[in-house]
Amino acid sequence: MVFIIGAISIGITFLYGCIGEILTEKSGHLNLGIPGIMTFGAAGGCVGVSLYMGGLSDPNNASWFFLILFSILTAALFAAALGAIYSFLTVSLRANQNITGLAITTFGVGLSMFLMESTVDKTYFAKASTYFVKSLPFAEKLGWFGELFLSHGVLVYLAITLALLMAWVLNKTRVGLHLRAVGENPATADAAGINVTVYKYVATCTGSAIAGVGGLFYVMDYLNGSWEYGIEAMGWLAIALVIFTMWRPNLSILGSFLFGGLYIAAEFIVGASSSQKELLKLLPYVVTIVVLIITSVLDSKENQPPAALGLSYFREER
Amino acid sequence: MQETVALELKGVSKYFGSVVANKNVDLTVHSGEILAILGENGSGKTTLMNMISGIYFPDEGQIFVGGEEVVIRSPQDAFRYKIGMIHQHFKLVDVFTAAQNIVLGVKESADYKGAYRSAFVDENGEKLTRSKCKSFFVGLKNVFTKWKKNRYKLKKVNEKVTAIAVKYGFHIDPKKKIYDMSVSEKQTVEIVKVLYRGADILILDEPTAVLTPQETQRLFDVLRRMREDGKSIIIITHKLHEVLSLSDRVAVLRKGEYVGTVETKETDEAELTEMMVGKKVTLNIERSEPKDVCDRLIVDKLNCKNREGVKVLDNVSFTARAGEILGIAGIAGSGQRELLEAIAGLQDLEEGEITYIDPKSEERVNLRHKTPLQIRELGVRLSFVPEDRLGMGLVGNMDIIDNMMLRSYQKGRSMFVDRKQPEKLAETIIADLEVVTPNTHTPVRRLSGGNVQKVLVGREISSAPKVLMAAYPVRGLDINSSYTIYNLLNRQKENGTAVIFVGEDLDVLIELCDRIMVIGSGRITGIVDGRTAKKEEIGLLMTKTEETEENLEEKEEAHE
Repeated sequence: MVFIIGAISIGITFLYGCIGEILTEKSGHLNLGIPGIMTFGAAGGCVGVSLYMGGLSDPNNASWFFLILFSILTAALFAAALGAIYSFLTVSLRANQNITGLAITTFGVGLSMFLMESTVDKTYFAKASTYFVKSLPFAEKLGWFGELFLSHGVLVYLAITLALLMAWVLNKTRVGLHLRAVGENPATADAAGINVTVYKYVATCTGSAIAGVGGLFYVMDYLNGSWEYGIEAMGWLAIALVIFTMWRPNLSILGSFLFGGLYIAAEFIVGASSSQKELLKLLPYVVTIVVLIITSVLDSKENQPPAALGLSYFREER
Repeated sequence: MQETVALELKGVSKYFGSVVANKNVDLTVHSGEILAILGENGSGKTTLMNMISGIYFPDEGQIFVGGEEVVIRSPQDAFRYKIGMIHQHFKLVDVFTAAQNIVLGVKESADYKGAYRSAFVDENGEKLTRSKCKSFFVGLKNVFTKWKKNRYKLKKVNEKVTAIAVKYGFHIDPKKKIYDMSVSEKQTVEIVKVLYRGADILILDEPTAVLTPQETQRLFDVLRRMREDGKSIIIITHKLHEVLSLSDRVAVLRKGEYVGTVETKETDEAELTEMMVGKKVTLNIERSEPKDVCDRLIVDKLNCKNREGVKVLDNVSFTARAGEILGIAGIAGSGQRELLEAIAGLQDLEEGEITYIDPKSEERVNLRHKTPLQIRELGVRLSFVPEDRLGMGLVGNMDIIDNMMLRSYQKGRSMFVDRKQPEKLAETIIADLEVVTPNTHTPVRRLSGGNVQKVLVGREISSAPKVLMAAYPVRGLDINSSYTIYNLLNRQKENGTAVIFVGEDLDVLIELCDRIMVIGSGRITGIVDGRTAKKEEIGLLMTKTEETEENLEEKEEAHE
């Protein structure tokens, strides 16, 4: 049980990053800046927490609702700002997406470190974290059911809701159809009268914002309010998860729990040395490669990345 | 015929930098007529149509729709004026179904505000007397019903698509994915897409380039039915006989300029050609009688599967003779490419033999176990022009000399490559074939399509090959350049080369080739004499196996 709850907990971090990246990739942009964006989102969330808590006369009187809402907003805003830089470079200036993404990662991580060391007051984090991990009511009274399904912080449920919502939007609505068309074949979408640039910007910035909330979750929920520079690694795993789930937000819920389980499996193996544990943490990557091999052997047209992924679009180019 | 003007252009011009794409074009299209736009490649037909459909914006001039001046800045604007374009290269999303592609970009905006307001007032605009609170909920309910009715539902789209298909006589399955479709099915989707948006003016950019004669006939029937329905149709083409059989009037463009419009009934091929080219040209290929014919290449029972395990060549046997042009006709993707690649040593075969007979020693060589390089050394040359023209044979970012060197870099003993010979060769080709290029150091990518092809074909011919395989050498070329290439092939034939020519245009195949081999679904469906063959006969042979092996065909199309 502890294992499953731990897997869900770390998995949610991946889930945020993963669905953010899916949204971005569906618009045809491979955002390798996700690790940096998640870190920066976490830093933004921390800024939000310290602003809110610091602004109160008595930090013990903090309102659960406003604390979480405010920090989510700041996290999303900071992350979306980096996403906006990325989209400006890749959509408007048509810079190489891989290089831009990697630069954003380096930039985001560095800027977060600076922010955390210079301006953020970390004293309230432990207190704030108790609000984040607060479980739903009745969790204790319902035995294993409560423990498994209701004992999580509110951000866990937000992530799952977002994933389901995204699956619905992508597959069942006109907006989703248009977004997928932009990622598959921007020239076609353009000729059909869809504003390709707007879709790309909105998808990339929204995706970044969602990933940024993942960073906040990692710090405030998973690490119980202790700032740590390990978010970048979570970001890379989130990108691997996108491939693992074959660009499907609904599948990524289960995928993230599996990744979470694999990631923490080492901790639950009795007698494993620390080097063996580090090796076991690589399992998610191995699984991703296996999925890649299977999908390429099957050669299905459906379970493929968006056809125009990584390509810049310029209307008058021939 | 009605004389209502549906669309009118006045003095429209478009420049790309210093290049004039269109200059001072005037054009009128009536409702219920088919207007053909005729012109050579690079005469600005497609640019002109792109301006009407909102892809480009004209630098000068006015556009009138239904008598009113309009500004078309984007494809959305074009839809608003009921103009729809069917592009030459299909703009479809492969992983979507036909219906999803058709509904793409359609905004069915609903008046939610009005739906909400209607809860507060009755039909006459009088304020209702019931309580505001109740009206508020009724308003919400109205908005919700409207949303539900207007919501994107694939099922509704499917039904509407089927209705359009029935009306004009299309065959379309709205649930089929694009990647499972043949070229003609994809085109149908494109046309329905435009009709779904309620277009009254349809622009078709070279719609018949990829179709078999039978499919072309079917398309023309559909277009005629649309004309009866009062729609205006603009069709871009450079096939004269199609213009004459389908259109009501013909507008001719030459080098971006508008030459004039003529009634189809009052014109003929000669006049149109003269308008198009600007001078009288004889459109006859001089086909000399084959001399000293002898077997050069014997292909025996080739079998080959592609990566998906689908049979692409099925028991293919034929003989190519020296001093003769052997034409290969077939629907795109019927195995032509695999066949040529097999001969050139680029394709793995399951079984079969390819025997090359050396002209001097009469020695028989089996090519099957030779490397591509050895085969080329024997004088078997392949020039394949793929759809994107550059994909095979030339490197776009390299200049003409470097591209020549792709064939000669292994010659010589020095560790440095010899650049002098290729340079001379490049200059000869430029001079002989009239390649338009600033100099020999211009990247091939920057040349226009026709010139790229001249470089490619010229390089292969320059080596005095014994067997020359030319696949689609005139793909997308204008009439003048095409005839230059045909004459080159004829000269090779007179020199005693065995020429294998894969072509798309059946009229040309019949005029140029001594024998025409028809391939369908990887199988030889017939070999006919080029001097006596009829187009319909070849067309029938092309589709002979299609019905029985539809699945195979589709898979190949998707693979292409």
